[in-house]
Amino acid sequence: MNSTAQVANSIAQSEISPSMLRRHGIWDALLRNATRTAAITVLLLLGGVILSLVQGSIPAFKAFGFGFLTTETWNPVTEKFGALAPIYGTLVTSFIAMLIGIPVSLGVAIFITELCPLWLRRPISTAIELLAGIPSIIYGIWGLFVLSPFLQAHVQPLIIGTFAGVPVLSSLFAGPPYGIGIFTAGIILSIMVLPYITSVTRDVFETVPAVLKESAYGLGCTTWEVVSKVVLPYTRAGVIGGIMLGLGRALGETMAVTFVIGNAHKIAASILAPGTTISANIANEFTEAEGDLYTSSLVAQGLILFGITFIVLAAARLMLLRLEMRSGSKV
Amino acid sequence: MNAAIYNRRRAVNGVIMVLAWFAAASGIFVLALILGTLLYKGLGGVSWAVFSQNTPPPGSAGGLLNAIYGSVMMTLIGTALGTPIGILAGTYMAEYGRGNKLTMVVRFINDILLSAPSIVIGLFVYEMLVVTMGHFSAWAGGVALGLLVLPVVVRTTEDMLLLVPDSMREASSALGSPRWVVIMQVAYRAARAGMLTGVLLAIARITGETAPLLFTALNNQFMSTNMNAPMANLPVVIFQFALSPYADWQKLAWTGALLITVTVLILNVGARALSTRTSKS
Repeated sequence: MNSTAQVANSIAQSEISPSMLRRHGIWDALLRNATRTAAITVLLLLGGVILSLVQGSIPAFKAFGFGFLTTETWNPVTEKFGALAPIYGTLVTSFIAMLIGIPVSLGVAIFITELCPLWLRRPISTAIELLAGIPSIIYGIWGLFVLSPFLQAHVQPLIIGTFAGVPVLSSLFAGPPYGIGIFTAGIILSIMVLPYITSVTRDVFETVPAVLKESAYGLGCTTWEVVSKVVLPYTRAGVIGGIMLGLGRALGETMAVTFVIGNAHKIAASILAPGTTISANIANEFTEAEGDLYTSSLVAQGLILFGITFIVLAAARLMLLRLEMRSGSKV
Repeated sequence: MNAAIYNRRRAVNGVIMVLAWFAAASGIFVLALILGTLLYKGLGGVSWAVFSQNTPPPGSAGGLLNAIYGSVMMTLIGTALGTPIGILAGTYMAEYGRGNKLTMVVRFINDILLSAPSIVIGLFVYEMLVVTMGHFSAWAGGVALGLLVLPVVVRTTEDMLLLVPDSMREASSALGSPRWVVIMQVAYRAARAGMLTGVLLAIARITGETAPLLFTALNNQFMSTNMNAPMANLPVVIFQFALSPYADWQKLAWTGALLITVTVLILNVGARALSTRTSKS
């Protein structure tokens, strides 16, 4: 006799006593309250993160006020701190990452959903998703020892040479080729956001009803016309959501950037020059920070970073949620 | 039909399709390049010494034993902390509070925590534990990792429990099972493989996490089993050794990087195999 049948038998034979009902009632209440408490813990966690960051950054904002956000100076000796250079670095590296990452990710998603032979679809999706699983420190060490020397020797001299005579561009791509710097960090980030944007985009591309695509093909549309005039308009919110998700990752990415950014507290006109980002700055200096004001200035940057990513991620989630509700109501 | 327009449409399509092919190929190429470099640079350093000796002083050979030990311990603590809370929270969202306001808010917040910068979690744990305790410790590192496990487990638990057909719960209820028995004996059992997948993915995520450990567990050049003191761990050792000028240290960094990547890939592939097997059955 198996155990389920045994239990059923014993239940059938036993009388349901008030004490048993009470016992079950207690267990029910226990589990309900435990799960509820755990759910509320998640909320408290976010509250705690915000509170502790705010509390930790009070000394910095008291000392420097709003100027903290607009000052480039970062001098631990005289204890004058401003977050402009890291904020600039964070935004510019993420911008480069998006500039390269978005078209490539969309290309991969189009390839997987429209071009790829069926038998190749799963392996390629898996490979792209494995890229997402690789820890950021691996990208960092690879960026430092493989990508940077390659860019320094082959790509950056070419860029500098090409734009040497062109106004504006010549200062944007001014030499010397360091290898490490804002540009390299942007490229590493573009590789890292690729799997995130691709997997979301592919998923939302697959929600497009086959009938819609088939009717466009039936009218004689080319693959690109189907993608640009049917698939993309239909999935716009989801694609933007995926891009924002990738942007959130790029903004907060720490280790990969720390390896290749060069950690220079200045805003250079050239994007080939070393710089710093908020996360790299914290990772590099936090354990060595002496004194409350120094530590607090770093925590304040963490608060700024969390604020920016919170807004970006919240916007991404809202867009994906809207799409989910729409496709949910249609099914 | 106008031949010029037709040709132009065909040309545009052709160019973009070639670009899409190129994009996919370059994605695969980069993955292959990273894995290839890791194998090339890391395999040479793999020896028994890596697993039997501690991290060496600058300029001499050694191993990663203390770092591996620290990483395993802190991953265990993180998993042990994050998993139960995550499963309970996910259970509430899928079983008790399905669709209510608390669930909607928790899901939204959880999704944000899921992709929040891990270095911010490190700062939080620093402020909460390191400052109040007065020193860096392996406990703080474990807690920081636990906070990263939590959102992953919450998300997958909820998703997997929602996949369990309601008819199974109703059948169990009709037999007279109280709610907690329905959840523990029916829902959990049906969603077990999926929930395990979530835990594996969470472990894979924290295995390589560096940023939150930098100023919680810090690092330790020696073997330490004291959870109340700074403890070596693979990611931070890789970070420190890779940026050092010593060839021995850099070699160990590559070996450590290979170890972490292999672990993470095995966990990922395992989780994937588990979830496809259950989705087929």
